[in-house]
Amino acid sequence: MCPINTVVCIKPVPDIRYWDRLSLDPATKTLRREGIPIVISPMDKNAIEEALRIRQARGGKVTVVSMGPLNTEDILRSAYALGVDDAVLLTDRTFAGADTLATAYVLSEGIRKLGNVDLVLLGNESLDGSTGQVGPQVAEFLGLPSITHVSEITFTDETTVQVKSNIELGFMRIETHLPAVLAVTGDINVVHIPSVWGALWATEKSIAKWTCAELGAETGRCGLTGSPTWVPEVAPIDVKRRGEVLKGEPTQIAVQLIEKLRADGVLPEI
Amino acid sequence: MDIQAYKGVWVFAEQRDGKLLDVGLELLATGRELADKLGEELVAVLFGNQVRSLADELASYGTDKVLVADSPVLAVYRNDSYSLALTELVNQRKPSIVLVGGTTIGMDLAPRVAAKLGTGLTAHAVSLKLDKDGCLLAQIPSFGGTIMASICCAKHRPQMVTVPPGFLKKPEKKTAKKASVETVKIAVTEKDVRTKVLEVFRQEPKSKPIQEAETVVCGGFGVGSKEGWKMVEDLAGALGGSVGATRPACDEGWAVQDEQMVGQSGKVIHPKLYFGIGISGVIHHLIGIKDSKVIVAINKDPKAPLASSADYVIQSDFRQVVPALISELQKIKK
Repeated sequence: MCPINTVVCIKPVPDIRYWDRLSLDPATKTLRREGIPIVISPMDKNAIEEALRIRQARGGKVTVVSMGPLNTEDILRSAYALGVDDAVLLTDRTFAGADTLATAYVLSEGIRKLGNVDLVLLGNESLDGSTGQVGPQVAEFLGLPSITHVSEITFTDETTVQVKSNIELGFMRIETHLPAVLAVTGDINVVHIPSVWGALWATEKSIAKWTCAELGAETGRCGLTGSPTWVPEVAPIDVKRRGEVLKGEPTQIAVQLIEKLRADGVLPEI
Repeated sequence: MDIQAYKGVWVFAEQRDGKLLDVGLELLATGRELADKLGEELVAVLFGNQVRSLADELASYGTDKVLVADSPVLAVYRNDSYSLALTELVNQRKPSIVLVGGTTIGMDLAPRVAAKLGTGLTAHAVSLKLDKDGCLLAQIPSFGGTIMASICCAKHRPQMVTVPPGFLKKPEKKTAKKASVETVKIAVTEKDVRTKVLEVFRQEPKSKPIQEAETVVCGGFGVGSKEGWKMVEDLAGALGGSVGATRPACDEGWAVQDEQMVGQSGKVIHPKLYFGIGISGVIHHLIGIKDSKVIVAINKDPKAPLASSADYVIQSDFRQVVPALISELQKIKK
């Protein structure tokens, strides 16, 4: 069986444990992320895991690619700790402010520059934006077939894959030929915890950094300039309610609450 | 790009197994309002094989026209065939707005089409409006704060948006007036399709879908463990309700994302009674529960945003309160 070279696109997202510290900059209408650690978006970790599994079975290399500012290195190191072979950071001022189309364009240029890629994996959607748009768009720019919501990948011969693609109340079993782009869901596998060796390995590996010029990408298609969508206004959402606090011992609270729910006419008939 | 050349509001009306999905009809109701304000045509776009009768059905949901591409190559959804066909039609007829239901299939189709067209696509819009220039503003709850971002695509056409099922108002009853149905030819052939569908498996859910439950008990990351999750399920059991979950709880493996995740990119629920246990209440979740009649929050952290979005707040350890509640509920039962 021929080896399979896989590229995994990973996205830096603010660590969910610090989401309460995120705030919106009213002037720029962007998220203030200062001081909030970034992590690999969870489903992208599943994508890495799947790539490692395929490497185990078939050989080949696993390369992670991410687009972002220099501190995105942190998540590429985490990817090394998980066991990937190479990491590339696409970083340039012109990449800032990208929507999914511009992001997908830059990622596809990165993958093109890497060359010799059999399979592109990514998480079906990110923890923060969760648009799920980047996968199919990367595929379109690379001219490859794509399948999203993938919860199982099986090779049936050298270059044929059969996948399970989740749909509402079920799934489709779909076959395609490599090279292809597959967007995986969180239930495709269980992500392993990096070992101490992995963590050591991560500190020794180098991370390639490619700028817009090095990619040979068109600046007009990158970042804010290359993004058809933008955010003209933000407004508070009113989801406030009375917030009546019930106090006392657990049993007192329970009794009070049941009375109130009955008065509101929402206590189910049980 | 001459954006003036693009006119009309399109709704991609998805069908599966010969049945129109509700989300397409929801989009037609909102699409009607947008088209009226713009003074432009509303068009329902239907893809499938031998779907003429569905086209006739669509024609009675307030649209001005139904465009139907009826071909064996469109029988079952495949990304290549559907995206090429939709791109082809958009290029020929130049609609200003294309709305797609945010189903798994819609979310697979729309990004590919937007990339082919080089236009903007906004995901998970929860409402749609027009600005003073007639540009579409897709409203997206933005994470981390209680804000709604409006996203617009000013310089590219068509303006594409996906809207998840259940957010827009339900369609009005069928109208007596029937729209015209136009069958269009598409150039896509089997040779253009690089994936093969081997099997489509669907199973009706064993329990009532969470969107239809009158009582929903939701658990979040703060539930802390599988043992804690059992308490969430026990309370739902005692109330005869369904169990929902936040994304982190699904990520922990306590709940099944496809069926139980509540929020902007999960299920939108509108029960009479909602319990949130160990849920901080990021806006993505709040947006999915805001139409609940009564919201109860149980969370030790008084600063959790869910507290200010709840009717009743219990700032104690759920491990003590939930068993007390269950035992009081059992007393009533007796």
